[in-house]
Amino acid sequence: MNESHNKGRLGDLLFLNLTRIFAAITLALLVGIVVSLTWSAMPSIKAFGFGFLTSSEWNPPAERFGALVPMYGTIVTSVIALVIAIPISFGIALFLTELSPTWLRRPLGIAIELLAGIPSIVYGIWGLLVFAPIFGKYVQPWLAATIGQVPLIGGLFQGPALGIGILAAGIILAIMIIPFIASVMRDVFELVPPLLKESCYGLGGTTWEVVWKVVLPYTRVGVIGGIMLGLGRALGETMAVTFIIGNASLLSNFSLFLPGNSITSALANEFAEATPGLYTAALVQLGLILFVITFVVLSLSKFLLLSMEKNSGGKQ
Amino acid sequence: MNIKLKRKIINSTALLLSMAAMAFGLFWLIWILWMVFEQGVSSLSLTLFTENTPPPGSAGGLKNAIAGSVIMVGLAMLMATPVAILAGIYLAEYGRNTWLGKITRFVNDILLSAPSIVIGLFVYAVLVAQVGKFSAFAGAVALALLVIPVVVRTTEDMLILVPNTLREAAFALGAPHWKVIMMVTLRSAKTGVVTGILLALARISGETAPLLFTALSNQFWSLDLSEPMANLPVTIFKFAMSPFADWQGLAWAGVFIITMAVLLLNIIARVVFRESATQY
Repeated sequence: MNESHNKGRLGDLLFLNLTRIFAAITLALLVGIVVSLTWSAMPSIKAFGFGFLTSSEWNPPAERFGALVPMYGTIVTSVIALVIAIPISFGIALFLTELSPTWLRRPLGIAIELLAGIPSIVYGIWGLLVFAPIFGKYVQPWLAATIGQVPLIGGLFQGPALGIGILAAGIILAIMIIPFIASVMRDVFELVPPLLKESCYGLGGTTWEVVWKVVLPYTRVGVIGGIMLGLGRALGETMAVTFIIGNASLLSNFSLFLPGNSITSALANEFAEATPGLYTAALVQLGLILFVITFVVLSLSKFLLLSMEKNSGGKQ
Repeated sequence: MNIKLKRKIINSTALLLSMAAMAFGLFWLIWILWMVFEQGVSSLSLTLFTENTPPPGSAGGLKNAIAGSVIMVGLAMLMATPVAILAGIYLAEYGRNTWLGKITRFVNDILLSAPSIVIGLFVYAVLVAQVGKFSAFAGAVALALLVIPVVVRTTEDMLILVPNTLREAAFALGAPHWKVIMMVTLRSAKTGVVTGILLALARISGETAPLLFTALSNQFWSLDLSEPMANLPVTIFKFAMSPFADWQGLAWAGVFIITMAVLLLNIIARVVFRESATQY
């Protein structure tokens, strides 16, 4: 009796520490990523210092590297993606929570989630071989003839209609992050207590007024968290962008039609062929910058969504 | 009257736009799937599975790439699943309120959405650069690191769903904690955990970025884990970017295979999960 009791306690001790070790391994992974990337990027950090962030030169033969062009590409494509994806995702979440007949909600929700499950390489090949030719032939000339003529922002929509380029990459990214933002928005919209919505309806509010003046203010924090999650995805997306951004590490003007480069596409294209030494270190440093940016964005998203959950838990 | 009309118009416009947004989302899904289907089916043939990747201009298949993908994905799942399930057990059963539990949960959620190409860089730095060559094993490690956060998350979520009365009943019989976890909680959360494993499998089947500079690719048939190994995603990337029509055809066939596998896994995961959800 006593012996089996002791055996149980020994088993408990072993099992607790075993699971604890594996939890700690997950944690150590993050630390390992930061440390090993910083270590590998050291030659480049030492050679270029802060100038790495402000130089637009990317010249492997001369071993002179700057992160400005890929950082510009990453940020601009992500901003384009957000500008398109936020209103569309909001519309989808609104449709799924307020408008859709109940029997349609589940299948439509699943369809949107499937869109999130499609591997990025599928978006990439579709973007390059199907979307870009159509985009370059019909959409870009039209954009240049309409928005391209508007003063101030017109310059963004002019230039050669190649199909591929920064704008096309931003649009593909938008399609890819819509499901993430839309499903978070749908989930937080469902957290709104029915009592609040019914009060507004009872006062004679229209569906739009209920959503705009009750649901959205109530879920604001969660909605921003969802947008941040989408931004994190867009910043780190590799294959779809690499296929379609055009991979030019030179930037002559700010037209969105021009091919460019993002941090991820530079890594995907150049890393395996880079000569060891400064070239590799500079690429690793790009990866480190990307990781730090996405870490901050995703942490922010996590904090916002957590505080949203806590608040609604307390109020109900 | 006027303001009433205005509100009505705003309302209908907004609702119309919302429907348009839904249609917009579905439009891309249908277009992408349709193109994958159309292009993929026209490139499908039996030689896909019996011949290796060809040099440009000649016929061939994807045998080595498919085999390589299956091997690396399988190895990654074998390495990652036990680690992730044990870590998930700690988070749900022991560490709900400890500092290690809280930080690990947070970090895990960050890793869940972290750029996969950075994971590739990490494995390159700690494995490929140290050994001095690209290898299939490094590719499998990179994929395994992508599986861990997914399975940790679902395991934890599913274990938390198990009612406490079940645990208390087992404790009352005098069972030690580890036996309660293994025989009662984990067993009743089994289908949920399997769902997580399937979703993780779906995720890594199409992952390309982390393989680019770990497993690299290989034109030839190779089963040696210490050598570069062909795999579907990187082969698709290389072939789709090439100007050769027959390479592009093979890329579409590869995309078709991956998409079907991923969709199938997603659907199976949903069916499995639905059955477990009706259990309680």
